[in-house]
Amino acid sequence: MSEQSNFGPDLGEVFGPNHADGGPELVQLLTPEGERVEHPEFSFDLGDEAIKGFYRDMVLTRRIDTEATALQRHGELGIWAQLLGQEAAQIGSGRALRTQDFVFPTYREHGVAWCRDIDPLRLLGLFRGVDQGGWDPDDGNFGLYTIVIGAQTLHATGYAMGLQRDGVVGTGDQDRDAAVVAYFGDGASSQGDVNEAFIFAASYNAPVVFFCQNNQWAISEPIERQTRIPLYQRALGFGFPGVRVDGNDVLATYAVSQAALQRAREGQGPTLVEAYTYRMGAHTTTDDPTRYRLSEDLETWKLKDPIQRVKAYLTRNGLVDQAFFDEIETEAERLGEHLREGCRALPEPRVLDIFDYVYAEDTPELAEQKAGFAAYLDSFETTGAH
Amino acid sequence: MAKITLAKGLNAGIRKAMENDPKVLVMGEDVGKLGGVFRITDGLQKDFGEDRVIDSPLAESGILGTAVGMAMRGYRPVCEIQFDGFVYPAYDQIVSQVAKIHFRSQGKVTMPIVVRIPFGGGIGAVEHHSESPEAQFAHTPGLKVVACSNPVDGYWMIQQAIACDDPVIFLEPKRQYHADKAELDESTTPQPLFTSRVVREGSDLTLLAYGPMVKTAMASAEAAATEGKSIEVIDLRTLSPLDLAPVFASVRKTGRAVVAHEAHVNLGMGAEVASRITEACFYSLESPVLRVGGFDTPYPPSRIEEQWLPDLDRVLDAVDRSLAF
Repeated sequence: MSEQSNFGPDLGEVFGPNHADGGPELVQLLTPEGERVEHPEFSFDLGDEAIKGFYRDMVLTRRIDTEATALQRHGELGIWAQLLGQEAAQIGSGRALRTQDFVFPTYREHGVAWCRDIDPLRLLGLFRGVDQGGWDPDDGNFGLYTIVIGAQTLHATGYAMGLQRDGVVGTGDQDRDAAVVAYFGDGASSQGDVNEAFIFAASYNAPVVFFCQNNQWAISEPIERQTRIPLYQRALGFGFPGVRVDGNDVLATYAVSQAALQRAREGQGPTLVEAYTYRMGAHTTTDDPTRYRLSEDLETWKLKDPIQRVKAYLTRNGLVDQAFFDEIETEAERLGEHLREGCRALPEPRVLDIFDYVYAEDTPELAEQKAGFAAYLDSFETTGAH
Repeated sequence: MAKITLAKGLNAGIRKAMENDPKVLVMGEDVGKLGGVFRITDGLQKDFGEDRVIDSPLAESGILGTAVGMAMRGYRPVCEIQFDGFVYPAYDQIVSQVAKIHFRSQGKVTMPIVVRIPFGGGIGAVEHHSESPEAQFAHTPGLKVVACSNPVDGYWMIQQAIACDDPVIFLEPKRQYHADKAELDESTTPQPLFTSRVVREGSDLTLLAYGPMVKTAMASAEAAATEGKSIEVIDLRTLSPLDLAPVFASVRKTGRAVVAHEAHVNLGMGAEVASRITEACFYSLESPVLRVGGFDTPYPPSRIEEQWLPDLDRVLDAVDRSLAF
């Protein structure tokens, strides 16, 4: 993949000749062919029922994504950030969370939102332009989508420092000890904020898991533009462990996230998890990946599809019958309908309301602007409604 | 009643806020053992512990970004930016996160964060240590911006800012920290935070100032009085929101206004204040509202800063031009 450059080493060794394989450090528990494999350090400690649940989660998450993409194509959404291909990274890490844990997402964590019981309809508001985050972060402990790349990793670290001060870290009480997950991508790993978050988290031993979905592309820029070493290895320089996990393997992302979260909850500090995956879709619906990447890469990664390998595992081992798949398909249809109908029914924002959201304690200046604008609107008899 | 400096007033105010509310935290570079480079947080870590008075890594964006997370967890972080010119690494977190999260969440998430910034010049410092960035924050919806000018206000205003559920950029005139003392009577009821104050009455012209320029404005009014000119001085105190009702009342009485600040004049607070006075008091004005401030250059080397900073003579020059119009 990487070309020999006159200005640096051939990166083939660190990224692999074809970097799709993730290298020898990759933690994998379920192969692309659907075979269970063991790893000396990480194991999947749940049964087949959980795997069936993950399968359902991933199929429904993909449905949310395809439905939202279609809604954008129909002009119902202004834009949509697709997660196609990243379902296992999000469901595995999302299902490893406990109720008391807190999540700081980017704008692509639709699968994690699903795990936090956020109605996927709420995710559409931002992309439809009716709101800038339609849920209460304290419901489901899921922060608002953050668009400035990497900013939320510091929020996560600060929240984790708050947990320490609240005495809910390392008490040994499984229902009480909490951790935070900061989601971000390979592009964000170049941001100062992410590096500052690593430093703060290391310095205070904060209970935060930095969960990087390395989907290989920051819009058009490949991972080689962001880093000269595998991202997970950066953790070492900051003084905490880093793990590269097969981001398309839901068993492995669950196991690794679970271990990292447990470390954090127990007071052993931060971990960097690099979920090695691939953005199979575009950056967003406005992007055109054919301008900058090869279709053969996509074909390679299609063979590693996170959903197909679980399906292969379930089928090959006779763990499910056709009715199982039919039921999920029916559920997906209902979810699609919910999104299509719900999206069009999302209430339009009212322009006078925005004045009320600026401050917790209103200012006379803004009250005056609001009143003035209301009077102005009222002066148009024909369009007076607002 | 004790006589205190601005530094002591701020220190006592923060201490009081920490005593009253266990959720109040202090964060910043060197705020702990050292007590801050200006000693504003002196002794706080000793009394409240390292968990509440947090020496942070040297990363301003990190300070503000982690403060956001702590605020989401229910804390009230009081962040110290060591010097005005060092706030810019945190600018993105302040403008895109701190200022907007309440709005983004439609009021579900509050950001009770105070960003303390020692600002202004006149201390003979090297580059980046003498700036006046207030307009950049006052221009940002979602932030509130105040500037204290004296020890008593420092004591009360910092407590009020910490109690405020909105993010407050709290500007402290660093050259006043260890200068003039004033008597603090803790039994009095403080004036509300987001209000301006007439600090000297007069009838010929209204002189507006805040932060370090209040002292200069008072001295200018004193000097003008010896020449028979009666200057009314108003300490604006709050820059966002502005509290201009007392200003309008004053200008309607005097017919003339001069706004003074250390910040660059171009697109500075003076421009906004002048515009609002013109809109509200057009028929009362006897002359255009004039501005006195720093020139539109970067802050100069310290050996010439006294020439660059608006002083008594430059303020009086503007006063004279206004009266002669």
